[in-house]
Amino acid sequence: MSYIQNTDADRKEMRERIGISSFDEILEPIPERLRCAGALRLDEPLAEAGVAALFGELAGKNRPASRAASFLGGGIYDRHIPALVRYVTSRSEFYTSYTPYQAEVSQGTLQAIYEYQSLICRVTGMDVSNASMYDGATALAEAALMANAIAKGGKVLVPRALSPAYRAVLDCYTAARGIALEEIPYAKNGTLDLDRLSSALKEKTAAVILAQPNYFGLVEPSHELAALVHGAGSLLVACVDPVSCALLAPPGEYGADIAVGEGQSLGLPQSYGGPLLGFMAVKTEHVRRMPGRLISGTTDLDGKRGYVMTLQTREQHIRREKATSNICSNEALCALSAAVYLTALGEQGFREVAAQSYAKSHALYSMLAATKGCALPFGAGFFQEFVLQLPTDAAGFLKDAASKGVLGGIPLGAAFPELGRGALLVAVTEKRTKEEIELYRDLVAGKGAGR
Amino acid sequence: MTATVFEKSKPGRRGYRIPEADCAKGKIDLAGLRSAPPGLPEMGEQDIVRHYVELAAKNYHVDKGIYPLGSCTMKYNPLVNEEVARLEGFTGLHPAQNEADCQGALELMWRLERALAEITGMEAFTLQPAAGAHGELTGIMIARAYFLDRGEKRRIVLIPDSAHGTNPASVAICGFTPKTIQSNERGLIDPALLNREMTAETACLMLTLPNTLGLFEREIAEIVRIAHAKGALVYMDGANMNALLGIVRPGDIGIDIMHINLHKTFSTPHGGGGPGSGPVGVAKHLVDFLPVPRVTERKGAFALSTDGPKSIGRVHPYHGNFNVFVKAYAFIRSLGGPGLREVSENAILNANYLMARLKNSYDLKYPGPCMHEFVLSARNLKKYGIRATDVVKRLLDYGIHAPTVYFPLIVEEALMIEPVETESKETIDRFAEVMEKIAGEAETNPAMLHEAPVTTPVRRLDEAVAARCPDLCCPGDLE
Repeated sequence: MSYIQNTDADRKEMRERIGISSFDEILEPIPERLRCAGALRLDEPLAEAGVAALFGELAGKNRPASRAASFLGGGIYDRHIPALVRYVTSRSEFYTSYTPYQAEVSQGTLQAIYEYQSLICRVTGMDVSNASMYDGATALAEAALMANAIAKGGKVLVPRALSPAYRAVLDCYTAARGIALEEIPYAKNGTLDLDRLSSALKEKTAAVILAQPNYFGLVEPSHELAALVHGAGSLLVACVDPVSCALLAPPGEYGADIAVGEGQSLGLPQSYGGPLLGFMAVKTEHVRRMPGRLISGTTDLDGKRGYVMTLQTREQHIRREKATSNICSNEALCALSAAVYLTALGEQGFREVAAQSYAKSHALYSMLAATKGCALPFGAGFFQEFVLQLPTDAAGFLKDAASKGVLGGIPLGAAFPELGRGALLVAVTEKRTKEEIELYRDLVAGKGAGR
Repeated sequence: MTATVFEKSKPGRRGYRIPEADCAKGKIDLAGLRSAPPGLPEMGEQDIVRHYVELAAKNYHVDKGIYPLGSCTMKYNPLVNEEVARLEGFTGLHPAQNEADCQGALELMWRLERALAEITGMEAFTLQPAAGAHGELTGIMIARAYFLDRGEKRRIVLIPDSAHGTNPASVAICGFTPKTIQSNERGLIDPALLNREMTAETACLMLTLPNTLGLFEREIAEIVRIAHAKGALVYMDGANMNALLGIVRPGDIGIDIMHINLHKTFSTPHGGGGPGSGPVGVAKHLVDFLPVPRVTERKGAFALSTDGPKSIGRVHPYHGNFNVFVKAYAFIRSLGGPGLREVSENAILNANYLMARLKNSYDLKYPGPCMHEFVLSARNLKKYGIRATDVVKRLLDYGIHAPTVYFPLIVEEALMIEPVETESKETIDRFAEVMEKIAGEAETNPAMLHEAPVTTPVRRLDEAVAARCPDLCCPGDLE
């Protein structure tokens, strides 16, 4: 199925107007010997029905977590998504538009992103949010680069209890830029080892990364940590789960300089991990060092309120190699999803999502604490996910659980060998039911087989 | 003016409710709780729908009309692609699920990578980069790793003066120094000049093909030869790949690294500024440096391999913008090989036709056949006090989106126009007529152009005030 509308007759008229008799004359600047010899060797074209059938078949070969009792988390969560989000983002006025370079005919996108920025500021308690980054991991990497630039050099301290995927992206970016990373271990209780942090801060440190909650789901002592970091004259980069901010002190409350995180929880499907939504919000004093687009309110010639992209002298199309980042396309439609989600949930609903996730994860935790044959190494100071240690290799358990329609968690043994081969990261969102939670308990207790 | 959601908020309203909890909700027993609620808006579902419908009406978009933004390839976004991308088998996958649960997704990624390799002639692709600029960064990281591996210290990347701003910005992040090379009077890279600039310190030549003037580098074979003779790599920004499908395969002409924008060439929607996708392809000698994990196939079974001792690592926490891959692969399967060639032929024909229609009303600095886009200059209207921005603001009054303006930087009062292959001759004719009419109005009624637009939801906006006193966040005391 081709989407070209011109007919042979159209093309003939067009060639005549150009003043050529055959199309090949236009290709004159391309030396013959550089051109493709034959047609591209790709599969035969399909009609719409064929595309629908093929993709239906491919989709059918997957077993999506959204249809299972999923206890998978680690940065991507299975949550309720309002129909409103799909409705708004499926409107072609939003999804088929471009970056709002012509502000007069892009007020819809511009106001929606302005509202997104404002919503992120409220959730994080920060002063200024940009219009989005690719995902939480690259947002964190850009924050590390930004902090290093503000501090005019210095290492970046990174917690060991950080998502291994985030750490890999951070490694990749900082290596390219030549920034030294130093890992701070976690203490016995699973949170950041503050003694080790204090001694590391004795050398020139550009920034400290705080993961809140950390990768094990544990809540870090944010105020204490911030005081320590700022006391040493370093910047604090908080990488936060936005849903946790409904309950926990947000980065703005403990004085983080840069707050970043993954916004997938705010109305985006899991989508095999993309597209996602990186958010970044900063203190006002850092706004000119911030990467990404910013939307500002202003007025038009008639004094009417409107919105424009602003502070573009930070950006690559103006500043080129001196830009704060190379980012251009970001995740605007995902930011729109988050804006719709937060507006739909509202003050009460957003808190309810966080409170239910907390309650349900703690319900499972309590059940497991009373179950023989497993260990919970880090205590109950977590938001919505926790580490579970099984006496045997987690793979066997996961396989049994999967046969009951349960995705039992993310195995931690490879990235954190010190936790053992039976270690799992178990997430419980508001979407899990009592029945699913009890089934999980039974599976751990070895009683699941009969169900 | 549409009030913000904060202004419309009324305590007690709800736009969505999650199911009631089926377990006891105790006290939150954690240290360091939030001291005050965030202050999120409270609205009912109906008014939220109306809010966004009202905002939607203020947007120009491809489904409304031609979007001739040069360098952006604003082509039609096929509906079936959107439909299949919404299948739960794709949207519901968690990235930590095991390979057996994700065979369809892995197969799709593997097939897309193979299709891109065939289309471009590159050896292998990574799909991780989430946008074009992210692809550039990844490509330059690969170049950096390649030279590190060879023990060579090269710090310069040569970039033509017509390049996108993302090119030097991406290069700088990786610690290289970008060096600009001037285009010649034909808007092309001068091989003799390049030969002088190319030294043992040059890591890369980063070029866009066709370039941002819409011109194919006639001397590309010589250009590549010069770079390779000095041991440098050639990076191709594939933003303009819509001109080359089935016509030139970058891998065949010696390109070492390139990125593709799935949201341009392969029809996935731009979403108001993303999500995009910027896969990076490399030649054989650079495959080991690609990000991991990579999708592998063995007897019809698909897996993820993290094995890559020379790999740059990860540029995305998971696999890239997977949902965008679904749409791009649907486009490739709809068109097939000959269909993709027709895309480029029609994109090129449309551009040359439109250029032929407009070259008498506006200045054309670089004559001769263009590829999928061309750059005009509005400097012939300066004598009436009219600038490129006035021309395009007037276009908005005619209900047509503006071309890209003031880029590339080497053309004064630039109007960069890309009509794309999916627009019909009638639509292009209408665009040309309006552009001709505006050139006439510049002479007869310049005041009207200065005032334009007057029919849009807002008129020209005060960008200076926004930059001086940015209003980036809705104040908290509105409710």
